[in-house]
Amino acid sequence: MKVTPTDMAGRHLGRTTRRRAAEAVVRTLVYAAGLLSIVILLAIAVFLFVEARRSMSEVSLGTMLTSTQWFPTGTPKIFGFLPLIAGSLMVTAVALVVFVPIGIGAAVYISEFSAGWFKEGMKTVIEFMAAVPSVVYGFLGVAVLIPWVKETFHLTSGMTALTGGLVLGIMSLPTVISISEDALHAVPDALRQGSLALGNTRWQTIYKVVVPSASSGIFAGVMLGLGRAIGETMAVLMLTGNAAVIPGSVFESVRTMTGTIAAEMGEVVFGGLHYSVLFSVGLVLFAITFAINLAADLVLERQRKRWRR
Amino acid sequence: MSTRTRRANTARTIEAFMKLVTGACVALVVLTAVFILGKIVVSGLPGISLDFIFAKPAMGMRAGGIFPIIVGTLMLVTLTALLVLPLGIMAGIYLAEYAPKNLLTRIVRLSIANMAGVPSIVYGLFGLAVFVLLMQIGKSMLASALTLTCLTLPVVITSTEEALRQIPSDIRQAALALGATRWRAIYKVVLPAAAPGIVTGSILGLSRAAGETAPILVTGAAFFLPTLPDSVFSQYMSLPYHLYVLATQVPNVPPEVTWGTAFVLVAGVSIVSMFAAGWRSVQRRKVKW
Repeated sequence: MKVTPTDMAGRHLGRTTRRRAAEAVVRTLVYAAGLLSIVILLAIAVFLFVEARRSMSEVSLGTMLTSTQWFPTGTPKIFGFLPLIAGSLMVTAVALVVFVPIGIGAAVYISEFSAGWFKEGMKTVIEFMAAVPSVVYGFLGVAVLIPWVKETFHLTSGMTALTGGLVLGIMSLPTVISISEDALHAVPDALRQGSLALGNTRWQTIYKVVVPSASSGIFAGVMLGLGRAIGETMAVLMLTGNAAVIPGSVFESVRTMTGTIAAEMGEVVFGGLHYSVLFSVGLVLFAITFAINLAADLVLERQRKRWRR
Repeated sequence: MSTRTRRANTARTIEAFMKLVTGACVALVVLTAVFILGKIVVSGLPGISLDFIFAKPAMGMRAGGIFPIIVGTLMLVTLTALLVLPLGIMAGIYLAEYAPKNLLTRIVRLSIANMAGVPSIVYGLFGLAVFVLLMQIGKSMLASALTLTCLTLPVVITSTEEALRQIPSDIRQAALALGATRWRAIYKVVLPAAAPGIVTGSILGLSRAAGETAPILVTGAAFFLPTLPDSVFSQYMSLPYHLYVLATQVPNVPPEVTWGTAFVLVAGVSIVSMFAAGWRSVQRRKVKW
């Protein structure tokens, strides 16, 4: 006979006890998995820092952040991040000029002027643009945009900050459009109807009522697009020419932080100074995107609370 | 004409103008998407043949096919899925079913949102430092899969949580009232109901992972390998990295080989993810609780 535990009244408890035990085990596992994201994010910061430590003691962070030259393999070796940071900022600025007006304009049209079937169709278009891998955007840029930029602006090379920035702008559009559209969509219809009832036209309603109400969400969309543009690697690596010089204009070649890591990590000695310096670049990049994302997330959270229905 | 009607007319003209301007933005987006798709299909399709899909690269990757590259990508994504799905689904269950409303949960949510915005090359550095060097796995498929697991985790967690939240609490309470423990209620009742949402969301995340180049560039993807990977500890060839190599590192590659590779990559990734997105919206409309 199978012996099962009993409670004080003598009832058999086998299955229940087993299931309670299972419940406890599962609860522990689930809690552990839940905390995993914090662990990973912390681990990323910690290990970037650990690997960057050698460069910080041998070159010092202050020197790296203020030096204007990047000669990682020259004699003497010079590790100045300013050309890389300037390169990243310049391509991101070009991207911003592309995706902010077009992204917000498109989101306004999709949310406020278009019918349901059109919204569904646009979702598919945006889904497709987001699904195309970044290396494919880079390749299309190499095949189409580099020759076009060279021809149009009569340059000796089509690999410029402009080329990389234009492609980054296109790549950030899906993020900006979908988040801005969500924010516009979340504005209660009562506000629109109230404004229309006061005699405003639809456009007056949009720019005086709807867009201001959704402004924090739109701002978050722009910030996330910005974060995506700064952190993008393959497209800029393939399109900007990678000259590590502080650029004078968008028609010059630039080298970004992301491109530098991807291009040089294959050639360094693991654990060496150059390796460690690349982790310092990664740390700077991580800090910048972390700040941008955190700001966007906090703004989005505030907006979600505002229109909670 | 009175001032009032003139003002109303101006307002109407501005409205028509702005509708045109914002409409032009949409048109620009659609045209860009159509151009990307059209260019890849028109230039890529001529290079596609059974031989291209099922043959090995030849003549320094300038001829032949991309079979080992397709297989490497599929193996990498499968391994990533095996790692990320259990972890991500459990973390999603935590957020939707177990997490108390407190500061810790808020921090968990913020870290998940923030993880989604960490640049992929930073994940690559992390993978290189931790999986390749510290754990001494070496540059390998496993190290890349672990790196892609970190990168895909936020997508799987978010879609699991979202799918679970759409199941009304009546269903849970009915199961609990019948004497089920909390986990049995989730496992037997809530999870099956939420499965389509979880699966489609995860497929979307994994198809993004399949197209990532930067993280695998530093953790194990190979420039060229004569043989297929024979274990998770060997290096591998992968479609996105191969496209990068063909487009920028190897001189004189015939265009149909490069465009053909781009076509296979885009077709694979976008067909899978658009199918998943479509299925998800059908499911959402079909199930009315």
